[in-house]
Amino acid sequence: MAATEIRPTTDGLLNATKTPIKRSYGQYIRWLLLFIGGLAMVMPIAWMISTSLKWPHEVYNLKFIPDEPTIENYTYVLEDGRFYGWFLNSIVIAVVTTISNLLFDSLVGYTLCKFKFPGRYIIFIAILSTLMIPTEMLVIPWYIMSQSFGWLDSYWGIMFPGLMTAFGTFLMKQFFETVPDDFLEAARIDGLNELQIWWTVAMPLVKPALAALAIFVFLGNWTAFIWPLIVTNSPEMYTVPVGLSGFGDEADVAWELIMTGAAISTIPTLIVFMVFQRFIIRGVVMAGLKG
Amino acid sequence: MNLRNTLTIRQKHILWAWGFLAIPVLFYVVIRFYPTGNAIVLSFQNWNLLSARTWAGADNYVKLWHDEVFWKVFKNTFVYLLLGTPFSLVISFLIAFHLDRVRFMHGFIRMMYFLPFMTSAVAMAWVWRWFYQPVPVGIFNNILATFGIPQINFLNSTTNALPAVLAPAIWAGLGFQVIIFMAGLRAIPTSYYEAARIDGVSGFTILTQITIPLLKPTIIFITVFSSIGFLRIFDHVFNMTTNNPGGPLNATKPLVLMIYDTAFNGFDMGYAAAQTVVLFTILLCVSLLQLYLLRDR
Repeated sequence: MAATEIRPTTDGLLNATKTPIKRSYGQYIRWLLLFIGGLAMVMPIAWMISTSLKWPHEVYNLKFIPDEPTIENYTYVLEDGRFYGWFLNSIVIAVVTTISNLLFDSLVGYTLCKFKFPGRYIIFIAILSTLMIPTEMLVIPWYIMSQSFGWLDSYWGIMFPGLMTAFGTFLMKQFFETVPDDFLEAARIDGLNELQIWWTVAMPLVKPALAALAIFVFLGNWTAFIWPLIVTNSPEMYTVPVGLSGFGDEADVAWELIMTGAAISTIPTLIVFMVFQRFIIRGVVMAGLKG
Repeated sequence: MNLRNTLTIRQKHILWAWGFLAIPVLFYVVIRFYPTGNAIVLSFQNWNLLSARTWAGADNYVKLWHDEVFWKVFKNTFVYLLLGTPFSLVISFLIAFHLDRVRFMHGFIRMMYFLPFMTSAVAMAWVWRWFYQPVPVGIFNNILATFGIPQINFLNSTTNALPAVLAPAIWAGLGFQVIIFMAGLRAIPTSYYEAARIDGVSGFTILTQITIPLLKPTIIFITVFSSIGFLRIFDHVFNMTTNNPGGPLNATKPLVLMIYDTAFNGFDMGYAAAQTVVLFTILLCVSLLQLYLLRDR
């Protein structure tokens, strides 16, 4: 089974390599170059945060650590009020979409995996084939649909395209393959109905996959740009990326304020990453190899 | 006796399955399949959102064929792909290959490379846009000025703007590719390397004869995944050129931005739909190529 082949790989990834390494000058140089490369990778993020903590007169000098750090920019941007709203919109949309994906993707994945019924193969192929359809092709019909049903400029309008994903369904189906049928049969004999079996027996066994899916869906919706840009008209309905894009474009906005806005939109995901690092990397590998 | 008890176990099973699938099937039909069909039909029509939809035959495609901007955009899209994919593939492989052999602070270094993947494209597009500004604002030109090197015009130049916009897109995706490559490297059995070592094979030969051939599925996956990403580039371009999206002189405009412009600034829905069908066809070819290349697995 696919899962048992992959597991050793993902677990192994979280530890350093087991093969013996000779201590040599080459090894030190390798480490040093990788470290410098890593610093370069982090530099844009670090510089964004550093600038968001600077007074205007310090912004254009090349000092990384501000002489007099200040949270003035954050107070200014937040007092402006709009970022609060955008932040709230983004949270609501990302959370609701994540919950919807966790429920529906796993329910569909579970059904396709554990039930034998006429039409199963067709439905599986049909859902899988939607992976080939790019979002960009659908935005125009979605816009037309939203316009005729009055969904423009609403939470529902922003959320509806992402409530279920073929990627999540496929990922969950792969993981339900690892749940032994005997467990489900035992629960059936105990008199649980199929909904209870899915929720109380199968779901707890695929928690790591659910967590990985949750992180992907949340991150994807937190950073989503093109559809929220199209479907929202009034600034109160913007998500953080759409709001930030317009904010940066206002003629009189200073760069340190744009950096502050960018930091506000980035810091939450960075915190999530710091806390769940090992977990997220394992999720990326699982999803990358299976999805 | 009610209906519940007259059904066989198998029939109940089927009923449960369809009960679970009812809402999702409705969703996929209404939100995925119907819009796909609608986009294809619309590409053969003229519509400005207000008047009635009228049939146009293949007019939109003919117009596309004769549209100079489209060919410029088509070329840009493939330049993004042909620069972005090989660059990110080679860099991420090199990082993964060496990071795999480092033990000291392994997790921390890996985290540094992965961090950009967790950022939002919009926020980072603005950060990079700021870096690219002329002195005294932008860091890159400030550093050049410190060393007395002539200034580089990044975003307002028709030749430099596209690579400048592409750079943050490559940067943001590297971490993901590194992680996937490392997983691929770890999946190669160590016994192969031990055997090669006993035979006294050189490191370069091990790389080209063992590592790279065994990484083939990983390489194909990353190539296709990043190709699709670069073909669909939008967020970075839009945000780094908001004053003139896709500019200067369409030098950075990718297909998705042209679609956005045609549909939501020009309200030429039929024409935009025809462009989406072209995008769909390109992406479909890339996906089918992947299936073809992985067929023997």
